[in-house]
Amino acid sequence: MYQRTKVRRCRPVVLLWTVSIVMMALSSAACGDDRNPLANDPKAAKAGEYEFRINCALCHGLGARGGGRGPDLTRAQKKHTHSDADMFQVISNGIPGTVMPANGTNGQGIGMTDEEIWQIIAYIRSQEVKAPAQSRGNVAHGKDLFYGDANCSLCHMVEGKGGRVGPDLSSVGGSRTREALIDSVRNPSRRLAWGLTESTKEFAQEYETITVVTADGKEIKGVALNEDNFSVQMIDSNEQIHLLDKDKLRSFSKSRDSLMPKYKTDVLSDKDLEDILAFLSSVGAK
Amino acid sequence: MKVMALSAVRPIFVLFCAIAGSAFAHAQVTFDRLLNPSKEPQNWMTYSGDYAGHRFSALDQINVSNAQKITAKWVYQTGATGKLETTPLVVDGILYATAQDDRAFALDARTGRPIWLYQRQLPGDVRPCCGRVNRGMAILGDKVFLGTMDAHIVALDAKTGNVVWDVAAADYKTGHSFTVAPLIVKDLVIIGVSGGEYGVRGFIDAYDSSTGARKWRFYTVPGPGEPGHETWEGDSWKVGGAPAWNTGTYDAATNQIFWPTGNPAPSNRGEGRAGDNLYSNSLLALNADTGKLDWYFQFTKHDEHDWDATQVPVMIDAGGKHLIAQANRNGFFYVLDRTTGKLISANAYGKTTWTDTRDSEGRPIAKKEASPTLEGHTVCPGALGTTNFMAPTYSAKTSLFYVTARDQCDTFSTAPQPYEAGHAYYGSAYFPSDEAEPYRGFLKAIDPATGQIKWQFEHTSPTWSGVLSTAGGLVCTGDAEGNFIALDATSGKPLWHFQMGGAVYAAPMAFAVDGKEYVAIAAGSAIYAFGLP
Repeated sequence: MYQRTKVRRCRPVVLLWTVSIVMMALSSAACGDDRNPLANDPKAAKAGEYEFRINCALCHGLGARGGGRGPDLTRAQKKHTHSDADMFQVISNGIPGTVMPANGTNGQGIGMTDEEIWQIIAYIRSQEVKAPAQSRGNVAHGKDLFYGDANCSLCHMVEGKGGRVGPDLSSVGGSRTREALIDSVRNPSRRLAWGLTESTKEFAQEYETITVVTADGKEIKGVALNEDNFSVQMIDSNEQIHLLDKDKLRSFSKSRDSLMPKYKTDVLSDKDLEDILAFLSSVGAK
Repeated sequence: MKVMALSAVRPIFVLFCAIAGSAFAHAQVTFDRLLNPSKEPQNWMTYSGDYAGHRFSALDQINVSNAQKITAKWVYQTGATGKLETTPLVVDGILYATAQDDRAFALDARTGRPIWLYQRQLPGDVRPCCGRVNRGMAILGDKVFLGTMDAHIVALDAKTGNVVWDVAAADYKTGHSFTVAPLIVKDLVIIGVSGGEYGVRGFIDAYDSSTGARKWRFYTVPGPGEPGHETWEGDSWKVGGAPAWNTGTYDAATNQIFWPTGNPAPSNRGEGRAGDNLYSNSLLALNADTGKLDWYFQFTKHDEHDWDATQVPVMIDAGGKHLIAQANRNGFFYVLDRTTGKLISANAYGKTTWTDTRDSEGRPIAKKEASPTLEGHTVCPGALGTTNFMAPTYSAKTSLFYVTARDQCDTFSTAPQPYEAGHAYYGSAYFPSDEAEPYRGFLKAIDPATGQIKWQFEHTSPTWSGVLSTAGGLVCTGDAEGNFIALDATSGKPLWHFQMGGAVYAAPMAFAVDGKEYVAIAAGSAIYAFGLP
């Protein structure tokens, strides 16, 4: 079994310099380009494929081509990782503030040994496409559309500007596949129909549409912020939060039909959508 | 003893407790006491509360007429992170429970104040499947017993938490572990192994409660020359899985334990292990003294969907028949004659698409097209099953079987995977199906006589909580959103709830101290106890 310290090529350096925090920082930098000890080993990559299917494919898809929740890992350019050592770190510890969990905590699989993580990295590298397709869209026009005629920003925020009813899309361009983004725009309810386990939800909430009629006959429509058997917390299209007890409501209904309209090609052309994706990608890649 | 009686004769009872309480506090927990839990309903001495697996409390101080008044009495924070799956034991005012990473502790059951804490020093390379969980302990004499993540059985002094004996059952490095609450029969500590995800060869063990010496082992995958060995292709039996990770039940009349088994390994790939793969996904009737097999019933033959049959088998005596019922992970509710192991009925109690035929015994048989494929296709139930380890309950008062259920389908995919000792051995993975309906979770009340669902309560999302029924006419359960809920056992109407602030993966139990009834459950990282004001 490989231990992490065994595979660091700068280990002698680390051993010499372990006397201070400053030295640790230096050693970390020295290790930054550390390569996978199993790099370019086809057998390791094959073993990594098994591990990938068990531990990663639920979000990142078969073949590492991305899913509705996890980014396409066949892209050579990755948002959170550059070197093999970065990737090892991310797989081991997860990415705080995202749905990427630490090794062994995703409810799938049983956690991986260091050797198995290096095998997965070997597999991911073997699947990478070195020259990803260039975005065909116009970033500036996409931004104009997002904040203007396409009305995206009425509900969605990007970099602190926009609405709160839908998910914040600041990072979505760097983490979701192009196909998933197009699907979300053309057919927004489809993703809501997916059954997601708690640990693999794309966003903190599922954006189910809630319609209630209060005891005094007032109808409120919005999306669920949270819900249990007895209470519901929701936000309406005016960004008002409502905290309600279900047993005090005249009616309560929940739908997986998204409040977001379907953007068909007669409303948003393929070219305009391409421009919006280019804008989201430019922001998401930051 | 009924709590109605407790209320009526409270002054006498309190006096009785004052006199007898201290004597009880030092009384040994004999096998005779474990056999007769109905004589002391204030105690909860086994995982399921009795040997029949009923998880039924004869206490009725808390009941349908006063459930709205239930209030939190105490909370004990375990300091652990992750899931709590423990069912506490309570004996003579002391509560014994476990938490992640093989913590065990004893509390004052009236206040939640700790008496002792045991924390196992686990090796750094333990990697148990599905969380570092433990479902509880067993008690006998002056000892409590737990199985550990590193595949040991440990006996602790019930008064101090000190280790009395500690024996290794198997090598944790090859994927063996224990998560199950052991079962005491006579002077034996009976326990089943976990590790189906690693391709262990499953077993059920019995240890001398005094010394820790192993008295018998039953391998759930037969070796060469043993009946059933022919149901495995080549050497696949050596890594065949069939773990035994949930607590069985015991019939003193026949001296048989009924122990359920889990999936064959690899879980999602049948190629390479052609045959029925006995005794995976089966119910085993074993002689409690010797571990010899009396009969078996295999629920899912040659399973390729990870549908462990490890749900608690519940003994029900009705119409002069001695039955055993199981709400199985594969979506069917089975009733067997427990004297013979013959199938009496199998009725779907959730969404199932994997079968449309029965064999000559009436057992549902998988369709060929239900097998996982390389790219995957959708089958219901999903890999998590219609139910899973969540403990069910049976109330003789309502004659209903209550079980947590989920409707969820998954896309099952498969790919060849070589066995490597100590490494995951699934033969693939499963995914949420985007063709399927959203997940739905329920508490279902099933009539075992007909298999019909009498009522169901739908949760906001599927829960992993077990269920308790009581003589007070209540069923109690938890939900994924953190609520503890008491429902009317007859109608399914929720009567009361409390938000505990953490998801529930454990099953509730009930006990009484000083004439006051409590209902306890683990949620988040804590144990909660509830009672009347």
